[in-house]
Amino acid sequence: MSEYVLSVGMEVHAELRTESKMFCRCPVAFGGMPNTRVCPVCLGLPGTLPVPNRAAVQMVLRTALALNCQVPAHSVFHRKNYFYPDLPKGYQVSQYGETNPIGYYGYLEIPKLDGTTKRIKIRRVHLEEDTGKLLHLPGGGSGVDYNRAGVPLMEIVTDFPPDIEDPDEAKEYLVQLRQTLLYLGVCDGKMEEGSLRCEPNISVRLAGAETYGTKTELKNLNSFRAVQLGCMFEKKRQSELLEGGSKVVQETRGWNEQTESSFLMRVKESEQDYRYFPDPDLIPMEFTPEQIEAERAALPELPLAKSTRYQKDLGLSPYDAGVLTADRAWAEFFESAIGQGGDAKQVCNWMNGDFAKLLNEAGETALTSGEATVGKTSKVRPGHIVELTKLIEAGTISGKIAKEVFGDMFTSGSMPSELVKSKGLTQISDPAEVLAVCEEVVRENAGQAEQYRAGKEGLFGFFVGQVMKKTQGRANPALVQESLKKALETQ
Amino acid sequence: MSLTQLNATELARSLRAREVSAREVVDAFLSRIESEDAHYKSFLTVDAEGARRDADAAQALLDNGKGGPLTGVPVALKDNISTNGLRTTCASKILDTYVPPFDAHVVERLHAAGCPVLGKTNLDEFAMGASCENSAYFPSRNPWDTDLVPGGSSGGSAAAVSAELAPLSLGSDTGGSIRQPASLCGIVGFKPTYGRVSRYGLVAFGSSLDQIGPMGRNVEDTALLAEAISGHDAMDSTSLPNAAISAAEVKQGTLKGKKFALPKELFADEIDAGVRECVELAIETLTREGAQFQEVSLPSIAYGVTTYYIIAPAEASSNLARFDGIRFGPRLEGEGHIGNVAETRGKLFGPEVKLRIMVGTYALSAGYYDAYYLRAQQVRALMAAEFEQSFQEFDAVLSPTSPVVAFPIGGLVDDPMQLKLIDFCTIPANMGGFPSISLPCGLSNDLPVGMLLTGPVMGDEKLLQTAYSVERGLGRDYRRPPIL
Ligand SMILES: [Zn+2]
Repeated sequence: MSEYVLSVGMEVHAELRTESKMFCRCPVAFGGMPNTRVCPVCLGLPGTLPVPNRAAVQMVLRTALALNCQVPAHSVFHRKNYFYPDLPKGYQVSQYGETNPIGYYGYLEIPKLDGTTKRIKIRRVHLEEDTGKLLHLPGGGSGVDYNRAGVPLMEIVTDFPPDIEDPDEAKEYLVQLRQTLLYLGVCDGKMEEGSLRCEPNISVRLAGAETYGTKTELKNLNSFRAVQLGCMFEKKRQSELLEGGSKVVQETRGWNEQTESSFLMRVKESEQDYRYFPDPDLIPMEFTPEQIEAERAALPELPLAKSTRYQKDLGLSPYDAGVLTADRAWAEFFESAIGQGGDAKQVCNWMNGDFAKLLNEAGETALTSGEATVGKTSKVRPGHIVELTKLIEAGTISGKIAKEVFGDMFTSGSMPSELVKSKGLTQISDPAEVLAVCEEVVRENAGQAEQYRAGKEGLFGFFVGQVMKKTQGRANPALVQESLKKALETQ
Repeated sequence: MSLTQLNATELARSLRAREVSAREVVDAFLSRIESEDAHYKSFLTVDAEGARRDADAAQALLDNGKGGPLTGVPVALKDNISTNGLRTTCASKILDTYVPPFDAHVVERLHAAGCPVLGKTNLDEFAMGASCENSAYFPSRNPWDTDLVPGGSSGGSAAAVSAELAPLSLGSDTGGSIRQPASLCGIVGFKPTYGRVSRYGLVAFGSSLDQIGPMGRNVEDTALLAEAISGHDAMDSTSLPNAAISAAEVKQGTLKGKKFALPKELFADEIDAGVRECVELAIETLTREGAQFQEVSLPSIAYGVTTYYIIAPAEASSNLARFDGIRFGPRLEGEGHIGNVAETRGKLFGPEVKLRIMVGTYALSAGYYDAYYLRAQQVRALMAAEFEQSFQEFDAVLSPTSPVVAFPIGGLVDDPMQLKLIDFCTIPANMGGFPSISLPCGLSNDLPVGMLLTGPVMGDEKLLQTAYSVERGLGRDYRRPPIL
């Protein structure tokens, strides 16, 4: 088979995390009874008018800047005209034009396996309103739920020709984009609930060919894995079609999660004419250089930059840095601990190890500061972890005891030093005291001691276990090793 | 003299003086509508119950000393203004059963001002027309001669005031729809600056041109209603910040030293000779009163109608897309979703509405957008600039309101182009968002002729003042239709 190259253009729709809808005051939420979050405006009743949600505009501006986009001085809302039952007004308020969207000509950096990064060019970041949802009624027939109609929606489209050339890059683009949106606090990123929707345009062409192949659009991808598998599947399907002398048809295909394959939804017959024109009910948005600069200055450090910094300045592995920066709150927790004098590597190990596991089991999230909510946010704060690592470093407790202490402080929220004190968990580091215990153990197990001395060295572990049992694990491990050898040899 | 013969200012005074109650006033108009509207067909829906309820609320305001300048004075509303719980049809079968669950901003304002709403008046379907003949229900008739049209699209609102079925009414004006029927029915009609009256609840036709405005028997009445309904509205993004119009100084103006521009394009051959002579006679009278007139040329006026018939249908084609039979109004069944929509829209929209939707759809189509819609917007900007230029020098631009007086019902059916040219004089004000007022200035062939005054953006108060002094300068009392 000849070699085919993949090209993927990404169209991502992110529902913005505003309190109210784009052009009315209805609340934004997920689920609930159909048509309970609607009003005359979002139902498109005659005579109603839109009033833009300023928070939504600001969120798109923030995203545009985080994605290194240019921002126009004036940005206009357009009407995209088409008939569909889920579209109340017969048009969707959206944004049209090359340099009219709130953001245009930007890029997002994604990490490559070899440690370098790749720049994915972004053509546009624009603001529009979501549509309602068609429902198939149990008794047959269909209905429309307009709860989602008018929810602010941000569309982020990559540039053409596409920079994404393999399924891993497609997935990584989405991972980085989602993290960025989460960092910016503009979208909850829940792909399974549809608040982040990704529709890749996929084409293949013979290696070395200049013109791009016919593309298919893939829908219903609700996980990163699905995006990756979908691109792989389409690459294979399209390559085989071409290899067999057939043509790729321009069509929209759905993704079947179960069979991990794509299926035909509809063939694109002709380019639909949406008759875009500026919405006369809305006045242009204005962005002053001062406003843009203030917004840019207020941007948080983005995940990839943070991860690179953790690796360079704190000496963390790419994996550790990646896990720490995947979530903004998690990274903040880490940075707060470092700020309180914690050792980066130690804090990182505790966070990504025991802490993450306990949080996961309890269904809680980490909180850097503020009041904890029972069952929702953890009582463990950066200070707890820093103190724990210091107790280990100072030899006050062993690593093994520390694990126990972590469990206790996770449940109670008490400081590790208090737990160590109240439960008498301080490590026994007095050589004479440890030696005394070792000698006692050797005496009590004279038979095994005999065998050990006769050459059965494997029994050493048994003696360590006995010493630890007698001291409830508090004996300094290094001292135990040393003292046991002495006790076994001298008796 | 019966109560219904009193104008709004007189009624308001009588109400405040307790010579008459709000209930008596409303009942007088309701009973006159009941007995006389069969001749004029100005109302589509009469809301007797609601009007009486409003009258009681108005009386309570009056009794508590909280009455305003129009408290207790009833108003009729064009049936494209949404009324909570009261059928709003736009004179279209596609909204035959539609009852809005909310009030338009202006209706809320009328309630706050204590103006009872008598009912909803007839119009050309979706305000598309200049004669009221495009109503899907019935044509309205001109009180000066019931064989003639009242003009349009706010024909029902004009006829109702002229026939003394209501002292005041609200219309909407996209290309002249308040001013032209006011002219043909011999009353005053005012289109405020775009953005001074909220459009929230006005069923949209051409959103960038539409403006709700008052109609009354004289300038003072009209100014008081403008004051009642104007003001900033957070629900309308195009509402201006200092939108409120004050009627306080409407009587303070003088004609002395006032300068009027007379665009020669609006006194040209398109204008009926009788109409032109009537306006010119009025100009002579005003000159004697100290006003100054100067002929000017505003050449872009020539493109007004063409430009209008691209922009308004383009916006309408999109605005009217929501009438698909899914969420409100009647639904006709067809093949699948698109079939339902096609059947509903195909059967329930009238021919003029469908024509304009098609024209507008075409004008916005890919490949034609630049040649039509974009070009029209450029001409529009040019036209606005020409008018603005003349406002540097003149207080107002003056012309006839309508090229013709009222014409027979059915008389222009075979000449749709002539009907569209009727908006020739009024369109520029919508293009530039200018305030513009039509007031009676005499008769031609025993039918009313209107004079049009147009002023600069936000110059509403000054324009009303000027109109008031013109009304005084012309020196005649309000002229009732002879039939009354
Ligand atoms: Zn809503």
